[in-house]
Amino acid sequence: MSAVIVAGVQVRRIALAGNPNCGKTTLFNALTGLRQKVGNYPGVTVEKKTGKFFGHHGEEMELLDLPGTYSLQNRSPDEKISCDILLGQRADTPRPDVIVAVLDSTNLERNLYLVAQIAEMHVPLVVALNMVDLAESKGIHLDLAAMKDALGVEVVPMVATKRVGLIELKQAISRAKVTPAKQPAPMPPVIEAEMEILRGLLCARGRVETARAEALLLISGAEHADPTLDKAASESRKRIRDAGLDPVHDPVEARYAWAQAIVEKSMRHDDAHALTWSDRLDVILTHRAWGWVVFVAVLTLMFVSIFTVAQYPMDWIDAGVSALGEKIGSMMAESDFRSLVTDGVISGVGSVLVFLPQILILFFFIGLLEDTGYMARAAFIMDRLMSKVGLHGKSFIPLLSSFACAIPGIMATRTIENYKDRLVTIFVAPFMSCSARLPVYALLIAVIFPPGQVSVWAKAGIMLAMYLLGIGAAFGSAWLFKKTLLKGETPMLLLELPPYRMPVLKTVLINMWQRSRMFLRRAGTVILALSIVLWALASYPKNPNADATPSEALGYSAAGRIGHAMEPLVKPLGYDWKIGIGLVSSFAAREVFAGTMAIIHNVEYEKKKLSPKLIDSVRADTWPDGRRVFTPLVCIGLMVFYVLALQCMSTVAIVRRETNSWRWPLFQIAYMTGMAYVAAFIVYQGGRLLGW
Amino acid sequence: MAETRLSDIPIAKKGRVEKMTLAPDASRRLGEMGLTRGATFEVVRYAPMGDPIEIRVRGYNLSLRRVDAENIFVEAL
Ligand SMILES: Nc1nc2c(ncn2[C@@H]2O[C@H](COP(=O)(O)OP(=O)(O)OP(=O)(O)O)[C@@H](O)[C@H]2O)c(=O)[nH]1
Repeated sequence: MSAVIVAGVQVRRIALAGNPNCGKTTLFNALTGLRQKVGNYPGVTVEKKTGKFFGHHGEEMELLDLPGTYSLQNRSPDEKISCDILLGQRADTPRPDVIVAVLDSTNLERNLYLVAQIAEMHVPLVVALNMVDLAESKGIHLDLAAMKDALGVEVVPMVATKRVGLIELKQAISRAKVTPAKQPAPMPPVIEAEMEILRGLLCARGRVETARAEALLLISGAEHADPTLDKAASESRKRIRDAGLDPVHDPVEARYAWAQAIVEKSMRHDDAHALTWSDRLDVILTHRAWGWVVFVAVLTLMFVSIFTVAQYPMDWIDAGVSALGEKIGSMMAESDFRSLVTDGVISGVGSVLVFLPQILILFFFIGLLEDTGYMARAAFIMDRLMSKVGLHGKSFIPLLSSFACAIPGIMATRTIENYKDRLVTIFVAPFMSCSARLPVYALLIAVIFPPGQVSVWAKAGIMLAMYLLGIGAAFGSAWLFKKTLLKGETPMLLLELPPYRMPVLKTVLINMWQRSRMFLRRAGTVILALSIVLWALASYPKNPNADATPSEALGYSAAGRIGHAMEPLVKPLGYDWKIGIGLVSSFAAREVFAGTMAIIHNVEYEKKKLSPKLIDSVRADTWPDGRRVFTPLVCIGLMVFYVLALQCMSTVAIVRRETNSWRWPLFQIAYMTGMAYVAAFIVYQGGRLLGW
Repeated sequence: MAETRLSDIPIAKKGRVEKMTLAPDASRRLGEMGLTRGATFEVVRYAPMGDPIEIRVRGYNLSLRRVDAENIFVEAL
């Protein structure tokens, strides 16, 4: 088969397959440690995780983690990838030499369905019977010999979280000859006969080993590149229907019958109807009233942590970045290059780094909620509300994450199987007020209300209104898109509610780190590049007058000219050219706004503390005719603009990545920013009509 | 006997699937999740807002929406 030869030794390729939540990731981590690589399959956004480990005899092996799926019927991208790899149909990933099917032994029957499909593919197989500790505590007795006998392959009992069974698993994988499952599920005679016909055609095309699996996929309606086969398959389906059978359902039922037979031979459940503690917990956590209380409490805790606990490390990072900038600045002679390094690179990258604590905390919570099984309940509770705009519960998590940052939110849409639903979710996620908008809201609210004049509640009320506006825009747009552009059946919700489990800190931490790393890499590269561009725009051309104030210098630069050129465009919103520059620079990242205002108003800008000088000078800013620029109405309109506009290059980059085209991100910029413009226009002009 | 749907089965009662009138792809997915014809299930609970429904089938808990459950015809047990 397709093993690579390294220095004369064959490196075996092992693939892990299993249902979601069977402990595959835990096993993968236990085998490879941190020797792993996370990336994407080219052309699709299915995560590809590979790693290395050493077999029983110390030989190096390559481990591939297939996406967790319930079936290999190649419906979703995840399933298609797994199916194609197992059939050896992907050019970038050779067919694995051994497949390790990871099964949750507390949920054996449904987990065996996937094994039934793998058995049809005729790949050498080892079964890792995971979570035997939980099975035992539930009173499930497993007869390993009987299971091994029924399947015809090694069956290794395991507790992946405690590394129990790892040695035995390596032994099984390292055996000279690993065999495929003995006996795939027998199909009803009519289907067996049709399968034989198609199998003949496939064998004639050289696809001998996988012929049974491919023939059954064809019968169940999979398309084939070869029209002759497609035609033969549709004739087969017709004959099956004529015989009173169902080409789609009967194979599924036959596999379940096979799984059931194995379960009957090898498993005994003492007390299948006893209420487990997980059931009892669910009585409260999905209770009509208590369910909501807990749900709101969990979310509150998460957000409070993101916005308060994160503040300390954020301040440290901020101080560290400034200190670094100063240190490096003081070591270099005054020059454009120094300015590039300190004002461009260091402060630009610093502006991303500063969000890392929030991202880490967000991912920690999400990982914890996933690992305990609560996330599925959140989707269960929220599904009804989400269905009102045509989405389902699985879109809830991405939208929730987007309050911290749209990038992890958009990455989290990968769990949504239906492509259109996923697109809608990606599309509306940036409407959720992310933490980068906070500094902007904070500055503008401070400008509206001179200190001491109004209570904290009025300020908080405005802030809340902005969050609600974003939520409203997200849901309204989701509804609109589901009705128009991305019209389609609301896909069926099929949500497994796994038993609650004690979270394992290590799993949560590894998970958090992997996701954050991805965030850093993706956002960091884009922001870095853009900071440099922005720095250049704001620095060149140089004002020939050497005594020019920074504000005058900025007015002379390309950014200033863009701002002036834009003034007619933003004037109907009540903005002058300076705000125009703020808007332009915000397209790299929204939080740049405050910094830009500081440069323009020629004051020392202190992040976080919102220097009173900045607020005062912004408040005092006037048009040439002496009218105030930042009237409360303008501030509100500007906030509305920031709520709605897509002003984040990293989001644009990630949407491009996740949708694999420029079409969606460009449309998204136009839609969101257009909406922002119209809304800000209505606020300003409407407010003036009302005499404000 | 009037036709019973999965959505008619009260909490803590059981049923057996007889037929589905869902789109082919949807009913195949249900089948792959273990809710095949002939499978027995128990209704566990409803979500706080009454939808979706949580059932127990083949030893695990699965939730599906009421609209889909209305297209699954069952025999009450
Ligand atoms: N008690 C026990 N818990 C386990 C065992 N293996 C995994 N777990 C826990 O089961 C949960 C799911 O494990 P994961 O490794 O994330 O499962 P997965 O199959 O990768 O799940 P997806 O990422 O959803 O595909 C985690 O909370 C693990 O800590 C085990 O053998 N015994």
